[in-house]
Amino acid sequence: MNEYLNHLLFGIYPYIALVTLALGSIVRFDREPYSWRAGSSQLLRRKQLMWGSVLFHVGVLVVFFGHVFGLLVPIWVFESFHVKHEWKQVLAVAAGGVAGTFSFIGATLLLHRRLFDPRIRVNSTFADTGILVLLWLQLFLGLATIPVSLGHLDGKEMVKFMAWANGIFTFNQEASSYIVGSTWIFRVHIVLGLTIFLLFPFTRLVHMLSAPLRYIWRPGYQVVRSRKLTS
Amino acid sequence: MKVRAQIGKVLNLDKCIGCHTCSVTCKNVWTSREGMEYAWFNNVETKPGVGYPKDWENQKRWNGGWERTPTGSIRPKMGGKWRVLAKIFANPDLPEIDDYYEPFTFDYDHLQSAGESKAFPTARPRSLISGQRMEKIEGGPNWEEILGGEFSKRSADYNFEGVQKEIYGEFENTFMMYLPRLCEHCLNPTCVAACPSGSIYKREEDGIVLIDQEKCRGWRMCVSGCPYKKIYFNWKTGKSEKCIFCYPRIEAGQPTVCSETCVGRIRYLGVMLYDADRIEEAASAENVEDLYQAQLDIFLDPNDPEVIKQARLDGVPENWMQAARHSPVWKMAMEWKVAFPLHPEYRTLPMVWYVPPLSPINAAASAGKISARNGMPDVRSLRIPLKYLANLLTAGNEEPVADALERMLAMRAYMRAKTVGGVIEEGIAREVGLTGQQIEEMYQIMAIANYEDRFVIPTGHREDAEDMYDEKGGCGFSFGNGCSSGSTSANLFGAPARKKLQTPSEVF
Repeated sequence: MNEYLNHLLFGIYPYIALVTLALGSIVRFDREPYSWRAGSSQLLRRKQLMWGSVLFHVGVLVVFFGHVFGLLVPIWVFESFHVKHEWKQVLAVAAGGVAGTFSFIGATLLLHRRLFDPRIRVNSTFADTGILVLLWLQLFLGLATIPVSLGHLDGKEMVKFMAWANGIFTFNQEASSYIVGSTWIFRVHIVLGLTIFLLFPFTRLVHMLSAPLRYIWRPGYQVVRSRKLTS
Repeated sequence: MKVRAQIGKVLNLDKCIGCHTCSVTCKNVWTSREGMEYAWFNNVETKPGVGYPKDWENQKRWNGGWERTPTGSIRPKMGGKWRVLAKIFANPDLPEIDDYYEPFTFDYDHLQSAGESKAFPTARPRSLISGQRMEKIEGGPNWEEILGGEFSKRSADYNFEGVQKEIYGEFENTFMMYLPRLCEHCLNPTCVAACPSGSIYKREEDGIVLIDQEKCRGWRMCVSGCPYKKIYFNWKTGKSEKCIFCYPRIEAGQPTVCSETCVGRIRYLGVMLYDADRIEEAASAENVEDLYQAQLDIFLDPNDPEVIKQARLDGVPENWMQAARHSPVWKMAMEWKVAFPLHPEYRTLPMVWYVPPLSPINAAASAGKISARNGMPDVRSLRIPLKYLANLLTAGNEEPVADALERMLAMRAYMRAKTVGGVIEEGIAREVGLTGQQIEEMYQIMAIANYEDRFVIPTGHREDAEDMYDEKGGCGFSFGNGCSSGSTSANLFGAPARKKLQTPSEVF
């Protein structure tokens, strides 16, 4: 891949995607709060959702936090704890492989349901179906990287991507150059991942920003609001 | 003691004729739109029957309401907070739309556009969800109207518990009643407790339970939490919606649409004061049969000087106190004890109460096999089994329901003696623990039911709620998103396009 294209996709595109993700989500939250929802279709069809949704979500959560942990924690942190890259590579392949398989099965069930159940298909927007197709592809690509990774369990390839991800978040202009020469399947996986970030605010994916963790700490069960002006 | 006020409601089932005017007017005003076709904020069921959604009273299946833990505290039956969150990806306690019914329309256009044919053209049903042809309509919001369907299916009714139900399948012994249902605006709502986003709340001023549409994320736990299945998931917008007790009307001192349009004049609205500090205590009563009494115990007497003093400190306005003293709900629930909560065993402390229906004397009694007392039939010989009503209204405790039915019979006997016989039979009143004057008042409110006696609704204090100067030139009611004009047809974020209001001059 020529140098210019490499820099465009891995040096500039990440910033476009991340800025769109951040600003788009803020604008949507502020301007269109009524559109901010998980968009569950369980009411219309329970079949295939029970297994599909649970497998998909649990798997994807593990995969997502695995990526955050594996890519964004600075390399020197691992080194200072004497974590060998080989170990980390094996951990990534094993945990990612299992969770990825789970979520891939889940996504397949959900996608089949979305495309072939008449009730769900009719009531899906282009964004609903599109993002699910992209996620399914992304999971497929992610799983497809495993055989490649098994070929070099020394973790050197992985360190390149860590350096790149670290570089993006530290505004390192050299970041894109770390990726040069890596296997194409990884690069497609990254570009598609960034594209999902880019599309994030325009799809139902925004519901993950509203993960209701505060519920656990909400005092008591009841919520009472007063109409009286507080000021 | 913390005094809070609530607009409570009583439905006099003795007078309900099952005309569905309440349901239809409510539907026309609030839920006649895509995504909510299947939802009826108010519906009327014929009992005995499994109701709408099917089998809603079976909490073993839906896990609605609260349960008491061995330690004496209560938690939602669907589970504590962690268990609620664990169900967020796929909720096993959520009904499917077919448990309500698949909304449908008919191909009316075919009646006009069909070509010439030997047979009359017909308007065949079509699903409003998928748009596909429906060969057979499998259900509707009132599928068991006037005992429609086989007894074997209808008798799955949960309220038959402890009743020898087989004989009621026989034509001679059958019975029926209507049960109009709406959101109970509970004192201890499970929907609020189960909402992970914290978007459902109870209003302090009038007790109305509402869903903040901009905060709702569509996690759909409220649908499962509510044991009355009165929260509906809008499948189009992905947000939950519920009966709003017509709060814009209530704030203006007007009755809800269902109450206003009730042709049988069975609906009553009035203020009830309650002690907010004792809600949990009341809802945690050990024995489910005690829950009715526990709820009565937290209602506060608006004539009690202590209550009046505390109400002032807690900011209950004077016109609300005044209304509480004339509340028809207080009179029926507390004074005459003829109104009861619907399924108190759910521990939600519901605030829409019901006067049980009288019914004809059953065949055995009219054949002289069961004695009448003092010329009045024994309430246990009425067609609707007492146990059935008790299962519906007092968690199975028959005594209070029997007393109420006796008082209603006494009211009839007393008034018959007065108007037909021309005598005041104080004895009839005394027999049921009332005075003649009380019976006269009961008659005035429950039988005559004048508009101003049925609806004693103080206006809301809007001046406390907002600075009216800011409302100058405001946009009035809108569907979320504040004053967003909604003038763009396609929306960047996938929100449904809002219809732009047209002025009459644009139409013509």
